Amino acid sequence: MEKTHILSVLVENESGVLTRVAGLFSARGFNIDSICVAKTLEKNESKMIIATSGDAQILEQITKQLNRLVNVIKVQELTGEDSVTRETVLIKINADETTKGDIFRIKDIFGGRIIDMSRNSYTLEAIGSEGKIESLIDVLRPLGIKDIVKTGIIAIQRAKKSN
Amino acid sequence: MNHSTKKELMTGSRIIIESLIREGVDTIFGYPGGAVLNIYDELLNYEDKLKHILVRHEQGAAHAADGYARASGKPGVVLVTSGPGATNTITGIATANMDSVPMIIITGQVPTNLIGNDAFQEADTVGITRPCTKHNYLLRDIKDIAKTIKEAFYIASTGRPGPVLIDIPKDITSNVYEFDYPETVELKGYSPTYFGHHIQILKLVEEILKAKKPLLYIGGGVISSNAADELKEFAELLDLPITSTLMGLGGFPSNHALFFGMLGMHGTYAANMAISDADFIVAIGARFDDRVTGKVEEFGKNAKFAHIDIDPSSIGKNVKIDIPVVGDVKSVLSSLLEALSGKTEKISSGRYDRLGWLEKINEWKYEHPLLYKMSDTIKPQYVIEKIYELTGGDAVIATEVGQNQMWTAQFYKFKYPRTLLTSGGLGTMGYGFPAAIGAQIACPDKVVFDIAGDGSIQMNIQELATAVQYNLPVKIAIINNNFLGMIRQWQELFYHKRYSSSEMNVNPDFVKLAEAYGAVGLRAKNPDEVVPVIEEALSINRPVIMDFVVDREEGVYPMVVPGAPITGMLLV
Ligand SMILES: Cc1ncc(C[n+]2csc(CCOP(=O)(O)OP(=O)(O)O)c2C)c(N)n1
Ligand SMILES: [Mg+2]
Repeated sequence: MEKTHILSVLVENESGVLTRVAGLFSARGFNIDSICVAKTLEKNESKMIIATSGDAQILEQITKQLNRLVNVIKVQELTGEDSVTRETVLIKINADETTKGDIFRIKDIFGGRIIDMSRNSYTLEAIGSEGKIESLIDVLRPLGIKDIVKTGIIAIQRAKKSN
Repeated sequence: MNHSTKKELMTGSRIIIESLIREGVDTIFGYPGGAVLNIYDELLNYEDKLKHILVRHEQGAAHAADGYARASGKPGVVLVTSGPGATNTITGIATANMDSVPMIIITGQVPTNLIGNDAFQEADTVGITRPCTKHNYLLRDIKDIAKTIKEAFYIASTGRPGPVLIDIPKDITSNVYEFDYPETVELKGYSPTYFGHHIQILKLVEEILKAKKPLLYIGGGVISSNAADELKEFAELLDLPITSTLMGLGGFPSNHALFFGMLGMHGTYAANMAISDADFIVAIGARFDDRVTGKVEEFGKNAKFAHIDIDPSSIGKNVKIDIPVVGDVKSVLSSLLEALSGKTEKISSGRYDRLGWLEKINEWKYEHPLLYKMSDTIKPQYVIEKIYELTGGDAVIATEVGQNQMWTAQFYKFKYPRTLLTSGGLGTMGYGFPAAIGAQIACPDKVVFDIAGDGSIQMNIQELATAVQYNLPVKIAIINNNFLGMIRQWQELFYHKRYSSSEMNVNPDFVKLAEAYGAVGLRAKNPDEVVPVIEEALSINRPVIMDFVVDREEGVYPMVVPGAPITGMLLV
């Protein structure tokens, strides 16, 4: 399997910058698994967290080309060891008398919350690493998932450990 | 001067023109239309300061600005209208982008309130040009005009140069605002690296002094960074043999004893053999294009590589590089020379050790020089040799694309940088003639040629009217084989001579065509007419078309079979 890579891309917050960045991936037939963009504390700056999987050498090339874009301030690849990643998921599940107990138990184990309820469905919110979210989906699947939405991965570099 | 803080109020159109003048622009290439009428009206007030060249097709404007830029080193400027005006420039922009040519393209756009409405003559110009510009802008506020033009020139002409497009809605060109041209630019995400890393420089020096079979492989970066002098000093100091890409020709004198010609698909036998035998190759402002490397796994298979380039994304893209040096070619070469000073002993012993290597390359050169056989019909190579001799190698030569381009690269001995203007990256037929027009404007005192094919010249022949209108004495030499010759050559070699749509069954009478435009037409049909025709063309101070009726089935050799290692050459 191809490895997932996470790029943290600091950009100037200008119209068209998302297209420029995404265009570099699509021009090489590289799929973006997820992309999250939001403003940073700095005025006129945004950070994009891009998750992608593919050949490391092509990714290095893309990284260099990202750096070449005038609106891109900084590009960093975040690796598992030196960064923390999170993803939020909203899952709408079939809820009847036989499954409600299970849903509550699973929710507690995964530290999730019920954020909406109707007579026959619950909507669950959970936050965690990609792996944790995957496991949550796996255990809920037999209960009947009606709909699912994920934010995509966000990631931040770990603080340097002092020695 | 008025030093009060109150700045002069101007229309957007005037701000645009004043900004261009601040950037030292004295010529623009363009074509009017609805969205730029305000700017065109204002241009009349600036006739003495800013010359507008009215082309006959917007593609011609883009190529002419490109030729102007390549010949002069200054950014070329284009002004066209929205919609079809903008889309007609795309080939020219993409051509400049692939060859790293500094250019500013100003396109008109529909008024701000109509953008996105499918308005008359609306096109998403920034969307269309995003992948083929270095950067582009859609202006939405008159306040940003001056700042954006300042940035655009800075981006286009620094780092790895390239085209920058500014799309300007019509309403902005008639609004009024104060003009204040910024002194500096502030771009958080853009700061090209000029100076090579010291440690990398030292590594390169150490390796080149050690190398037994070093080779310099130069590209267009030598020319765009104006590094020809430093390169010559470096090569002569260490007696380093040199081969060049198409784009690098002129970066080192072709008649120099250390020069072994172009490498790659139509490179010389000596250059391609040397690449394969070298133990240390220094790529300088070149990018390992597939037409250069042939089968990339075998390219320089016995060598370590160093690569000097201003664009980090060019380094290590196709070939693994042992010593990458990011920086401006000129400045890196200066640092190399500095690092070498004082190493006299090592330098001279190294030169001595490498004598055998130079001899070997010379043997290859004499074994298989560039050759052609004379016959009763005119040989294309002969025409080009004669153009070289009769211009003393001092002309500026634009080419079209195809066999004419390759023969020019092989048989015209380029001596100086910025004397070959050719579409290397995109391979754009129709580039040469408008580029020659731009070059003639940049260099009014030089002889400027377009060496053309009968196919290519018809792609922008309309610019003959432009050349006549502005008295530009460009010399067009059509190597007329009545074929899309390069296509025919591939069909001959790889498609069992099935000449599918490569024969030009109907060509105009180019002599009459020239006359119809008010230019001069000359024709040579046999070899002894070649020199007189060139001499006559050179004596006429007007645009001239020379129609050289050449051997129809002559081929360009050597030729590396596509996908084969570059030592796998078909020779004459
Ligand atoms: C705009 C464009 N269309 C198509 C091609 C493909 N092409 C490359 S060389 C060539 C033939 C050029 O013919 P001509 O101008 O007569 O030159 P010759 O090879 O005969 O010297 C063609 C069609 C191209 N390079 N550019
Ligand atoms: Mg032809």
